Amino acid sequence: MSAILEVQDIHTFIGQFHILEGVTVEVPDNSITALLGRNGAGKTTTLRSIMGLNPPARGAIRYRGRAISGRKPYDIAQLGIGYVPDYRAIFRQLTVEENLKIAERRPGDLAGKRQFIFEIFPDLEKLYQWPGGQLSGGQQQMLAIARALVADNNLLLIDEPSEGLAPVIIEAMMAAIRRLTAHVAVLLVEQNFRVASQLADRYVIIEDGKSVHSGLMTDLLASPALIQKYLSAA
Amino acid sequence: MRQTLRVNVFRQSLILSGLFVLGLLALNLAVFRPGTVAVVMLSGLYQGMLFFLIAAGMSIVFGLLDVLNLAQGAFFMLGAYAGFAIYGALPAGTPIEVRFLAALVGATLTGGLAGALMEIGLLRPLYARPVYQIVMTLGLSTAINEVVRAIYGPAGLVPIEEPPALATTFNILGGQFETYRLFIIFVGAALMVGISLLLQRTRLGIIIRAGVQDSEMVQALGINVRRIFTLVFALGTAVAALGGMTAAPFLGAYPGMGTDFLLVAIIVIVIGGMSSYEGTAIASLLVGLTRATAEQVSLQYFNTPILASVSILLFMVAVLLVRPTGLFGRE
Repeated sequence: MSAILEVQDIHTFIGQFHILEGVTVEVPDNSITALLGRNGAGKTTTLRSIMGLNPPARGAIRYRGRAISGRKPYDIAQLGIGYVPDYRAIFRQLTVEENLKIAERRPGDLAGKRQFIFEIFPDLEKLYQWPGGQLSGGQQQMLAIARALVADNNLLLIDEPSEGLAPVIIEAMMAAIRRLTAHVAVLLVEQNFRVASQLADRYVIIEDGKSVHSGLMTDLLASPALIQKYLSAA
Repeated sequence: MRQTLRVNVFRQSLILSGLFVLGLLALNLAVFRPGTVAVVMLSGLYQGMLFFLIAAGMSIVFGLLDVLNLAQGAFFMLGAYAGFAIYGALPAGTPIEVRFLAALVGATLTGGLAGALMEIGLLRPLYARPVYQIVMTLGLSTAINEVVRAIYGPAGLVPIEEPPALATTFNILGGQFETYRLFIIFVGAALMVGISLLLQRTRLGIIIRAGVQDSEMVQALGINVRRIFTLVFALGTAVAALGGMTAAPFLGAYPGMGTDFLLVAIIVIVIGGMSSYEGTAIASLLVGLTRATAEQVSLQYFNTPILASVSILLFMVAVLLVRPTGLFGRE
């Protein structure tokens, strides 16, 4: 099993704040890895560091064996990494079609992927000409993930996909993400442990800016003490 | 729900603008002869188009880059002087039509190139530092004015010759109007539609509209936003320079000519709602028509055009009292 993404001991500062103080993450091919940890642990910053939006000051990030830290975000994206931020970042004034179209890296990307996207997210077909701002929260989340599928990405970074969604919508979204793993690897940040544990094959726990534990999700589920220590709300 | 509300506000502003134009027209008809009314309305459109050519780039750049380019007026002036330079550089005996076209193209390219250099060299280090941007763009504007003054002298240049076909006047309902000013209206209208198509129908337009909301996400999708910033900035200054050159056969060229227009352009952008392209386009016409009407009224009753400038400010105050974010502004 080879890793498509290796994050090695990265340190990231935002302004004067030392947010990440040593995060190590490996994402194997065709699998889902969940970043777990309490609010403010540094999960979102880890994704932003990988995308180059908050570049790490120290440490290495390798994508398919190539060092990518220090590159510009658009450059990193072009290597085949799709980013779905926690606030979804749907362009409100743009139609669903335009929201997808903007993610094209080559003309015709969308034409080639449209059927696949409609298969996974059937709602988007009906909403194709709607402005992004008029979609519901769940629909915006679908669109945000769909947008990351337009170009030929091999790795998706998905931040909090279940946040603020109704349970039935969460189920649909989980089914969609599960289907994706036939095509891409996923690094998932998920606050909802039930969602994370059902989706992910592997986990990495981050606490106070440091990665403190990682392994197979099945092992984590068998270890209530670990869950209690790092993930319980108390 | 909020989106639907916004659509309604948009429609309301559109209706309001239409009613305002009808009101101006009614006022004109009540006071003047039909010939004068036609000339006032055309003159309003002519002024509005010049305001638009400066304000369009400013408003799009403001939306995308959060920079209010106070040097935009200097690019307008630069366009006019570039036109003169090209007229002078072409060999004697070149037909006037050729000179004119070459000047239009050359001025546009000059404006675009100068804008690109300004964005790359001066503006880039200052993103996210609004105060520095104001100082820099204002300072650059002064610098360009002074350079032009040093080279061409303080007096300004007499209007350059337009193609003979455009150097006529025509009769409308008994009033006389210059064909060349009608030509400027057409140029402005063509650009108004052209820029709108660019924004609505092209990939660049999609990127610009998305970037106005969230340029970081645009970048995370694999788009080199920096390059888009430069391109958009250069397009804006190119249009302003084209405006200056288009105006040169009527206004000539003089140091500071851009500054007069810049102030009105800022008012136009505020009235339209900062960073709304549609707002800027409509507001420039409203301001032009208001100004032309006020000019004619005060000429008729006070024998001076004194109300022209005042009317624009009053119009802005009135709009902001009703819509604090401008006619088509958000939030």
